[in-house]
Amino acid sequence: MSRLLDVNNLKVNFKTYGGEVKAVRDVSFHVDKGEVVAIVGESGSGKSVTVQTIMGLIPMPPGIIKGGSIKFQGKEILGVSKRELRKVKGSKIGMIFQDPMTSLNPTMIVGKQIAEGIIAHQKLSKKEAKIKAIEMLKLVGIPNAEERYNQYPHEFSGGMRQRAMIAIALACNPELLIADEPTTALDVTIQAQVLELMKDIQKKTDTAIILITHDLGVVAETAQRVIVMYGGMMVESGTVYELFENPRHPYTWGLLNSIPDVDGPEKKKLIPIEGSPPDLFAPPKGCPFAPRCKFAMDICVEEMPGNFEIGEGHLAKCWLNDERAPKVEQVFASEEEKAIAVGSEK
Amino acid sequence: MVEKIEETGKAKTAENLVEIHSLKKYFNIKKDVTVKSVDDITISIRKGETFGLVGESGSGKSTLGKTVVGLQSPTSGEIIYNGQNVLQLDKETQRNVNKEMQMIFQDPHASLNPRMRVGDIVAEGIDAYKLFKGKDRTNRIYELLAQVGLRPEHAKRFPHEFSGGQRQRIGIARALAVEPKFIVADEPISALDVSIQAQVINLMEELKESEGLTYLFIAHDLGMVKHISDRIGVMYLGKMMELSNSDDMFRNPLHPYTQALLSAIPKANPRAVKKERIVLQGDPPSPTAPPSGCRFRTRCPHAMEICALQEPQWKEVEDEHWVACHLY
Repeated sequence: MSRLLDVNNLKVNFKTYGGEVKAVRDVSFHVDKGEVVAIVGESGSGKSVTVQTIMGLIPMPPGIIKGGSIKFQGKEILGVSKRELRKVKGSKIGMIFQDPMTSLNPTMIVGKQIAEGIIAHQKLSKKEAKIKAIEMLKLVGIPNAEERYNQYPHEFSGGMRQRAMIAIALACNPELLIADEPTTALDVTIQAQVLELMKDIQKKTDTAIILITHDLGVVAETAQRVIVMYGGMMVESGTVYELFENPRHPYTWGLLNSIPDVDGPEKKKLIPIEGSPPDLFAPPKGCPFAPRCKFAMDICVEEMPGNFEIGEGHLAKCWLNDERAPKVEQVFASEEEKAIAVGSEK
Repeated sequence: MVEKIEETGKAKTAENLVEIHSLKKYFNIKKDVTVKSVDDITISIRKGETFGLVGESGSGKSTLGKTVVGLQSPTSGEIIYNGQNVLQLDKETQRNVNKEMQMIFQDPHASLNPRMRVGDIVAEGIDAYKLFKGKDRTNRIYELLAQVGLRPEHAKRFPHEFSGGQRQRIGIARALAVEPKFIVADEPISALDVSIQAQVINLMEELKESEGLTYLFIAHDLGMVKHISDRIGVMYLGKMMELSNSDDMFRNPLHPYTQALLSAIPKANPRAVKKERIVLQGDPPSPTAPPSGCRFRTRCPHAMEICALQEPQWKEVEDEHWVACHLY
């Protein structure tokens, strides 16, 4: 499989009155052609900043790129000028934003907003661009596309606006589609429609997708690989099967334990992750999750864990995977007490 | 029109705390344009239960919640609280009834006054009902903060100094301040992160036990609704579509809309057997002009001729399992 995107040791800070926020701290991952990679994490985990850096959307200042590299199809796109970025990335990366109401221009008809990108990148005439734009509207399942072309965003429903956004992002046949919480603002039945559409398009066009979400259900259904972020870092990454069946980071356990099991016959108690996310003005010296971790050892506070390789492509940034660490089983609700007993042997 | 509806989910074992009879709440948004947000709904909520109310945006679930606690007055219908018809009470008694009904709001950023200190926010109910003064008031604030897992020193701070989950705790403490019996929680967790959602849900469950509360839990996250609710009602465009206990609802959903809603939940299991998902076509129709007959028929995969002509009756198809659909 050919490598499409390669992010290495990316570090992004933001200058604020309160000091410098370390939003992304040393993030490395890659995306291959045609695959769906999900990034999961809570607000403030750095997932959106990571993809916005890839898109060149971080305003500087206050943003500061502290280091790292982002290679798209082998060419560096981090720190290059806007003009050069356009040349390399150009129409090859498309992005869908979370809130379709604020990311569409309310004073411009939807069709023109789709045609805009087509004209800029594909050297088509206005007339040809209009035909292509109507085609895109049909592709994303908007009925009466000809009529809808001339309508304004406020005449569209939430789900349709998100479809229009997808049409804009796909209009130039991108090789990579970045979707930042594309269904969070939508109702469940509409979310199902949009997810089906994205899967469908991914199959048809072999576009790679980076999907940012906090819904583990969405991850399990759409992604091949998953990256879990916490406190600006990647704490675990691996295939979707590895991550759901053999998670090796307590934060991932916490996430899995805090969602209710819809199919389960019996009601299990939710195990929340106590405490709140770390302060990124002064991130802890050791593991960012240590203050909330039930299994934290002395070393966790003192020293940042490295990436332990669990299996092929499965990395976990947690000291528990060191051979000297006590054996801790992944805990699910009923086993909670047992596991804590094991964990306390440290 | 449905004929005079029999009381829904009649209490067979438990006493009803809140009964809602043919409740209607209409909004006139323009001349001749009326939105029937809540259209003839009859439900009863039993003492000590958690009643989950689900539906998509625009289904009227929040309006129903707000109307029940008295934040809005209904267009018509009755709300019976503890045997008293709330709308016909004199001001004084109504005020006391309102004290027993509190609300937790969705957005913890918008529902707390940014210029008030947390202690005063929590004490709003105490002050309004003149329950405590001076030292007792302060102690009561500390007690309430402790109940929701916050510390006494938090009373002096302002809302912006707290995270989303903590703010929701403040909102819960405010609701608890007047010792309510019945709490309407309007999407209390949808603005929170996953790991924080579980904290708030667990807190709500603990408080329900310790304070003997009854909840009307409004949400669109069906997983959480199933987790917390004893019974669930499904709303669509102002109408109740189905009502049953939560296990039955998930095991054997009767209404095609409920079936579609349940099949739309993404499962957090990559190996889950991919059942054929029922993907509903189109968007919900505008609430200003709901379809004739059954309101769901325009998106229903099983729609028949009769669905356009006649509104389905609200029937008890199985024991304690109510549905409004011509299929049954």
